[in-house]
Amino acid sequence: MTRLVYFAWVRERIGKAEEEISLPPTVATVGDLLNHLKTLGEEYETALQFPEAIRVAINQEHVDHLEPLAGAREIGIFPPMTGG
Amino acid sequence: MPLAPIIRVHPDDFDIVAETAALTAGRTDIGAIVSFTGLCRSENGRLSALELEHYPGMAEAEMTRIGTLAIERFGLLGLTAIHRYGKIAPGENIVLVIAAAPHRQAAFDGANFVMDFLKTSAPFWKKEHHGDGTTGDWVAAKDADDSARDKWR
Repeated sequence: MTRLVYFAWVRERIGKAEEEISLPPTVATVGDLLNHLKTLGEEYETALQFPEAIRVAINQEHVDHLEPLAGAREIGIFPPMTGG
Repeated sequence: MPLAPIIRVHPDDFDIVAETAALTAGRTDIGAIVSFTGLCRSENGRLSALELEHYPGMAEAEMTRIGTLAIERFGLLGLTAIHRYGKIAPGENIVLVIAAAPHRQAAFDGANFVMDFLKTSAPFWKKEHHGDGTTGDWVAAKDADDSARDKWR
C-alpha cells in the first residue's frame, strides 16, 4: 500500500486529503500514477485533467513526472506552490 | 560541523527583533543582517484573509533544503526562515527570512535567494477569503516567480 496525500485544489477536487491505495504493477512512474488515478472516478479526472499543472513529491521531496515510484512510501500530489 | 538553518512553520506570529537577537547572540563575526517580511495584502479591500495551507513535514524539509543551499552558496553565518499557516488577515505577517553574513552583499543575496526558492518550491498554498464572507479562489502561481528563481541558476 502507498499513502497518497493531496493539497489545495487537488485535495478539494478529489474530495479527500489522503488515502492508501495499492498500485497495479504496471504503474511504474509518477506519470503512470497520474494516468491511473484519472481512471478511478470523475473527481480524480477533474483534479488531474491538466498534468502540467500538477506537482508531485515522493517521500516529501519534489520529483518530475518521469520519476520511478519504486521505494515511495508517501506520494504528495498538489498544484504549483504559492507560499511566501 | 556545517551550519544548520533555523526553520519554523507554525500558525502564530513571529517577532523579528527576537529572531534577529537570537541569530546574533554572542557573535562578533556577523557584519550584516538582512531581513525580509512578507505580509498579507487586502488587494484594495477585496480580501478579508488569506488561508495558508501547507504540507506538514515536507514544508519544513524543503525550507531546510533551501536554507542549507543558501548558507553554502553565500557563506552565510546564520539563516532563519519562518512561515505561518492558517488564516491570516491583511496587515499580518506571513513569512520571515533573516540572513546573517560577514558583509552586506552575501546577506542581501542570501535572503533574496531563500525567498525566490521558498515561493516556488516550499509546499504552501494560498486561498482567498472575501470581505463578504465568501471563499474565493486559490491564488495562481506566477511565471514571474519562476523567472525570479531561475535567475539563480
